[in-house]
Amino acid sequence: MKRALLAVVTTVIGLVLLLSFKPHDVTGAAQPPAALAQTQTSATPAPTSAQQSAATKTVDGDAADTRWGPVQVQISVTGGKISSVQVLQAPNENRRDIEINNTALPILQEETMSAQSAQIDSVSGATYTSDGYIQSLQSAIDRAGL
Amino acid sequence: MTRHVEHAMGTVFSFDVRHDAADAVTRAVAWLHHVDAVFSTYRPDSAISLLGRGEIDVSACPPEVAQVLALCSQAEHDTNGYFTMYPGGRLDPTGLVKGWAIEEASRLLSEAGASHHCVNGGGDIQLGPGPSPWRIGIAHPARPGALCTVVTGHDLAIATSGNAERGPHILDPHTGRHAAALLSITLVGPRLTAVDAFATAAYAMGEAARDWVEEIDDLEAFAVTANGDWQTSGFSALTAQN
Repeated sequence: MKRALLAVVTTVIGLVLLLSFKPHDVTGAAQPPAALAQTQTSATPAPTSAQQSAATKTVDGDAADTRWGPVQVQISVTGGKISSVQVLQAPNENRRDIEINNTALPILQEETMSAQSAQIDSVSGATYTSDGYIQSLQSAIDRAGL
Repeated sequence: MTRHVEHAMGTVFSFDVRHDAADAVTRAVAWLHHVDAVFSTYRPDSAISLLGRGEIDVSACPPEVAQVLALCSQAEHDTNGYFTMYPGGRLDPTGLVKGWAIEEASRLLSEAGASHHCVNGGGDIQLGPGPSPWRIGIAHPARPGALCTVVTGHDLAIATSGNAERGPHILDPHTGRHAAALLSITLVGPRLTAVDAFATAAYAMGEAARDWVEEIDDLEAFAVTANGDWQTSGFSALTAQN
């Protein structure tokens, strides 16, 4: 189980890498800020091991400073696995930020769950920075003792 | 089991080491920061910046600089100039340094007895020679979060080049224009120094990369284009079977 969990954590990290920021579009038109914290409402997976607890706990990551602003995530852990990742803070000063927030967060959640069954150890992709998401996520993972 | 995530070189490095190898990982991390200090083009006082401005010559640089410049020259030759250490006209071996740094970090781990490992730097990966196979998802360039295929194996390097979320950033050195024919290309071979530099070159080549990769031993490619995917003849042997 430990290995499976670590694989998921690695996957989350890989997926987070995919969601990294683009250089900012400073001409972005003002839009209402997106709701950044998304609540996981779906049922959590049934525990598959007697060692797992059905209780869900939430753990906040550190707020990580990036050149675009602070990023902070919160993970929910159920039965020793990450059941959701929520973003508490993210840059939202322009259109591109909001676009990333709106598209990235649901994808991150979905892919975290589907990758868990796909058993991916790591992800190769054409991106080269991740800034605050991963810092905050890693601190939450460390804090949760995963 | 040792896991570590480290920020260096403007990206994130992830170590997944299936040994209790905290000391070896610490040394590998120190190595990455050393490489960053020597080769960062963002640091005006780095050896590579001083060299680029002509303020020092190679003999005054740490020995890794001459090694990297030689590797860059070899890559330029091997890629018919599609890889260049002068992108945009000034000295910038960044396109090779990251892959080389990861490959060296992997070698440090193996030399410390921790050969079963995966080192991922910003999506470019070196898998150690340790026995059991890893499963590496290849990110889809047009559908963030989705995977287009899964490579499995060990003692392998995987690098993907493309524009992903960051917009076009690779210039065709022969035309000076943004390369556009491929959405992304993933190369798989034994060692990341060449695989990463070749992936950058292959992306700039566009469709011509397919024939070019076919001619190189121990190198396979998987590309995503606006018209669908293609892969070189040996690629399917590297993909997961489920």
